[in-house]
Amino acid sequence: MIQSSPYVRKEASVTRVMSEVCLALLPGIAVYTWLIGPAILLQIAIATAAALAGEAVMLKIRGKPLGLFLSDGSAVVTAWLIALTFPPLAPWWLIAGGTLFAIVVAKHLYGGLGQNPFNPAMIAFAACIVSFPALMSQWPSQDLHLAFGEQFRIVFGFTPALDGLTAATPLDALKTALKQGEGSASVATILANSQTFGHFAGRGWEWLTLAYLVGGLWLWQRRIITWHVPLGFIGAIVLLSGGLWLYDAKQFASPLFHLFSGGVMLGAFFIATDPVSGSTTPRGKIIFGAGCGLIAYIIRVFGGYPDGVAFAVLLLNICAPLISLLTQPPIYGAKDGK
Amino acid sequence: MLTAIAIMALGAILLGAMLGFASIKFKVEGDPLVEKIDSLLPQTQCGQCGYPGCRPYAEAIAKGEEINLCPPGGTEGVQKLADLLGREVKPLNAEEKPKQIAIIDENTCIGCTLCIQACPVDAIVGAAKQMHTIVAKLCTGCELCLPPCPVECISMEPVPETLQNWKWKHPVFAIKPVPPQKAA
Amino acid sequence: MFQIFKFNGGVKPPSHKTQSVTEPIGVAPLPSRLVVPLHQSIGGTPRPVVKTGDRVLKGQLIGEADGWISAAVHAPTSGTVRDVGMYLQPHPSGLTAASVVIEPDGKDEWIERVPVDYRKLSLPEVQKALQQAGIVGLGGAAFPAHGKLVAPAQNPIDTLVINGGECEPFITCDDMLMRERAEGVVRGTAIYRDLLQARQVLIGIEDNKPEAVAAMREAVARLGEDFQVVAVPAIYPAGSAKQLIRMLTGKEVPSGKLPTTIGIQCYNVATAYATWRAIEFGEPLISRLLTITGNVERPRNWEVLVGTPIDELLALAGPKADTDGVIMGGPMMGFAVPDAQVSIIKASNCLIARSPGLFPPNLPEMPCIRCGECARACPADLQPYEMYWFARAKNFGKAQEYHVFDCIECGCCSFVCPSHIPLVQYFRFAKSEIWARERDKQAADTAKNRYEFKLEREEREKAEKAEKLAKAAAAQAAKKAAEQAAAEQAGAAADVAPSTATTPPADDPEAAKKAAIAAAMERAAAQRAAAQPQNTDALTPAQQQEIDQIEARRAQAGIAEDTAASEKNQP
Repeated sequence: MIQSSPYVRKEASVTRVMSEVCLALLPGIAVYTWLIGPAILLQIAIATAAALAGEAVMLKIRGKPLGLFLSDGSAVVTAWLIALTFPPLAPWWLIAGGTLFAIVVAKHLYGGLGQNPFNPAMIAFAACIVSFPALMSQWPSQDLHLAFGEQFRIVFGFTPALDGLTAATPLDALKTALKQGEGSASVATILANSQTFGHFAGRGWEWLTLAYLVGGLWLWQRRIITWHVPLGFIGAIVLLSGGLWLYDAKQFASPLFHLFSGGVMLGAFFIATDPVSGSTTPRGKIIFGAGCGLIAYIIRVFGGYPDGVAFAVLLLNICAPLISLLTQPPIYGAKDGK
Repeated sequence: MLTAIAIMALGAILLGAMLGFASIKFKVEGDPLVEKIDSLLPQTQCGQCGYPGCRPYAEAIAKGEEINLCPPGGTEGVQKLADLLGREVKPLNAEEKPKQIAIIDENTCIGCTLCIQACPVDAIVGAAKQMHTIVAKLCTGCELCLPPCPVECISMEPVPETLQNWKWKHPVFAIKPVPPQKAA
Repeated sequence: MFQIFKFNGGVKPPSHKTQSVTEPIGVAPLPSRLVVPLHQSIGGTPRPVVKTGDRVLKGQLIGEADGWISAAVHAPTSGTVRDVGMYLQPHPSGLTAASVVIEPDGKDEWIERVPVDYRKLSLPEVQKALQQAGIVGLGGAAFPAHGKLVAPAQNPIDTLVINGGECEPFITCDDMLMRERAEGVVRGTAIYRDLLQARQVLIGIEDNKPEAVAAMREAVARLGEDFQVVAVPAIYPAGSAKQLIRMLTGKEVPSGKLPTTIGIQCYNVATAYATWRAIEFGEPLISRLLTITGNVERPRNWEVLVGTPIDELLALAGPKADTDGVIMGGPMMGFAVPDAQVSIIKASNCLIARSPGLFPPNLPEMPCIRCGECARACPADLQPYEMYWFARAKNFGKAQEYHVFDCIECGCCSFVCPSHIPLVQYFRFAKSEIWARERDKQAADTAKNRYEFKLEREEREKAEKAEKLAKAAAAQAAKKAAEQAAAEQAGAAADVAPSTATTPPADDPEAAKKAAIAAAMERAAAQRAAAQPQNTDALTPAQQQEIDQIEARRAQAGIAEDTAASEKNQP
């Protein structure tokens, strides 16, 4: 094997990139634990274990070296995103099964690292929400403060999740209230219900999404991600929700609410920025992010699910190759060189 | 009822007229598919496919002949033909050899001009009772000159690698770190 | 305030330059032998004009330029030619090519050097002089300098850019040249400015070379020129011609075209200096500055003769114990020398002794995660990951669509890749494969044309032959008819020669053919008789021997013809 130039390299590796993504998720995880309890840490542990196990088995079957690929950290990032997007009190087998589906089907069956056309975490989310809609909508209420032992038993199925434990998410609550109100209720009155809603978005959940924003900004500052996808995503949400809110504030919530509810922040900075399944050119990234924001908002407000980030990302994954093809930037000395 | 029939008939006449007009105005002379196939073949004119030259083989392929009969084109040629015609890629029916050119041993050549007549691309320079020599740049390696030579003075040799035609190899990457080796 | 533009991308590798500029330029001692390759520039290979055993003087022509894009090669010192043959070349392939081996005699005797009065000569004459002096681009591309000297009438040049960038880590030869010999560089620049009639001259030097910038400014001022010496930001590859042009002028060289199309020409500082030596002193290009650095005790810049073997040069610098190879060029674009026996050529600017500590081995290549770092680093605004996918899949058509030929192989993409993919290697592979395919396609087209012409020719020959036969038959028939008529008139049966006993009618092809063959055989017999030596009465033994030899060869040929004919007639 003839090694050719260059003979020097920057200190960079896939492991380093993935580690920084995990680091950026830590603020969010910390706030999550403070809000709900240590169940989320349990879920993260289950997901990570399932992801690494699934990856090890698939690598073995495909005849690839285990040490090299297990240590690259990509499966760990997928696992953490699944744990953060699934309900924290979901049964362990749902988390583990979803993670295995993501790693085995959405990642390795398409060729492994760098070859998946779809975001594996979102594939798992979509598969589970379609297969287990009831389980996937059981989000814990903010007033619940269960002990760790209690949470452990719920997750591992020793105690069934009682109805009293779960409550609607802020987005869910808004949607059902608007539907039931049929025009007489207005967003403002619904949001005034301090049981569900806090200062600028869902009570409690708003701090979580704020923590994701902080982590995302740090990730951008570290040049792991560029500003294009988050700006496109958030910009689309702001423009669309702002426009409709200005048009009829009774029916449509404010941009602030939309930005800090549900999966917008997590999606904009951590999920839609997945380099493998997204668009690769700068202009393409903006279009990709904007498309995600647009479809997520439409599903939220006009569609059937309370939050549409997962489906939006998957739909844009399908379009990503075409977007990349059509947004190729001009090269040095292009036909109209200055 | 009548109007429906009338409209259908009118539509049929109109479309038929358009198609007829198009088939006359935009008629293509010759068979362009054969040209496309011929441009993909290596033009060695060696006859190894069983046809007397590359053009007859191209015409046969257009009529349905197998695409894997051309050794000088190699597996890549089969792939290109398969892509063009939308047919299945089959393995080459003969062994793929690296490109070779013919060379005449000047000590043995008797100047009989039989190889000159045999060469399909006129790559051999010479005249009756004069020395014959093969112009290396024009030789396609078809080997048609070997059988006619009565003293068997022609041999095939692989094309020598020079700085001008040296190619970088496809990078071979190790899964485990290896120390850099000296270039082969 | 001079406005410096930016180019996209670029990287900042650690520069490792300070260690080799502590000492002034040294003059390398005469080596034990010089192996001067003949092919040292882009273009044709010079033909050797000396042979083994010839005595040559320093600067004497040993390789004549072959064609326009080619530069002459000269003997670097006086001595004896030991061999003209195939020797290992300083090229990553490790192949051999024609070289002239000279054994120095220690006298270092020059030929008669004639300066060139370029102001009095026409441009083609100056170009010829530069070609004969063997001046090539010394920045690394080694393009014959006279080929870049475009005629101002056809190709007006607005800006002459002199490239003192030297952006690659480790290399400092241009830096030392500018520090110590700035006046020569400025004078060479003035020569090019005069020849190209450029309106302005911009000398670009990276700002990590403040001494060089100062020296050049001082020289420009002292010589009263109006050149602008600009210190550009030190980002790799600011020393690449295209990128430097953009930084200094804000203009981009159109893809696939030369800088002259936008009125800019670019020369390296060392080329300007060598041109000055050739014009002012009549010295052909036989030596250059070289940085020897890396894993050595005494890194330094040396003035070395072209053709000096690398192992002798490395010994000057004292390689450390763990040296395991030599890189010729810089670490970003250079190549590992296949064997330490190879020698320096005009394009060599640096030797780096490598060790596992300085240049750790390649880490395993991971799959591409499409992170886009390479596209962000690319100074040519390309999408390296796209070209990588297509080059790896051997889909060269698509690779070309994504502009693989605009890649300058600078190495920025491979430098930043987190998956440690050797991207530049894939692009080099793709380019050489595409060139090979183009050569094959051209050869195939030529073969096809020649084949079709041959078929045409055979048809034509057949037609001509048939025509001739028909004419001959017609002539025969006419002759017979005339003779018959004459015989009848005479009343007596004419004594017709047996070969034309029967009067073949004009439209009997078989008989006509037989008649033609008989006529041909008669002619051949007559010719043979004519070819026989006539005065064989008084022959010397030598003449008789010669005749016997000829007869023997003829007989052999005669027998061969007969057997071939008889083989053909076999069923």
